[in-house]
Amino acid sequence: MIDTNLLRTTPYFTGLRDADIAAVSGRVFVRTAERGEILSFEGERSEAVYIVVSGVVKTYKTSADGKEQIFRIVRPGSTFNDAPVLSDSFNLVTVEAMSPVELYGVKQADMSALIAEYPVIARNAITVLSRRVQDLVTLVEDFSFLHVTGRVAKMLLTYLRPDAEHPRLTQQEMAALIGTAREMVGRSLKNLEEEGIIRMERNRIVIADEAALRKMAGIAG
Amino acid sequence: MPSIDAELCEGCGLCVGVCRCGALVMKNGKVEVLAVNSCGWCGLCELVCPTGAITCPYEIIVEDGRT
Repeated sequence: MIDTNLLRTTPYFTGLRDADIAAVSGRVFVRTAERGEILSFEGERSEAVYIVVSGVVKTYKTSADGKEQIFRIVRPGSTFNDAPVLSDSFNLVTVEAMSPVELYGVKQADMSALIAEYPVIARNAITVLSRRVQDLVTLVEDFSFLHVTGRVAKMLLTYLRPDAEHPRLTQQEMAALIGTAREMVGRSLKNLEEEGIIRMERNRIVIADEAALRKMAGIAG
Repeated sequence: MPSIDAELCEGCGLCVGVCRCGALVMKNGKVEVLAVNSCGWCGLCELVCPTGAITCPYEIIVEDGRT
């Protein structure tokens, strides 16, 4: 059963009239998945665009040596598989359910028909894709211009003493402190751990080689 | 244990859904830590929380225990 009230709040179908929403809902199907289930594989032809109704999914790519780069965390109300469906092409990323999820899907042929029939949906699709482009430009900017590991090293030395002035930090806060994305902080911490400079212990970051960390942070002595 | 700001928590339950350790539970419309020792500090709950209500902060120390 499709919840038309929910459907009208989603990125593609906002602004549609009641009668149009009812017609659109006839082309929407429900899909559910368990945590860890792969919803779309990179490189495969994309069958449908999906709206997350409940739960959360991640879109990511995996390198040859197994490193994962998350592109988006998709929460309720947001969509995925947009670009490949709208260009009738192949999946650019793999999509995995991070929790039990319920999705509304619209098959590629139905999406094309809806766009042809309702100019509002075409405008909404342009907005969706424009936001994706903005997000990707920000990601490329971070990857291109920030020397993140050095900044992470300096930040770790700065916040060495947890007290009122040096609070415990989340990875999100670390990212905000040094002007980068949370994913970049996670990757840098992993690199530092692989080099034996720090050790991640549950809720503690243990500095194993302070001299090496200082050198990485560009601090003399 | 993960830090929870009950005022920010909107009870969406996304954190409970992604938690692989079974450490979180919803109670009276808010998330609570059910099993402190089960938490693996993976940070997924923090990653998916739309309001920043649940966080996994790190203490930073040096090897010999000196802070």
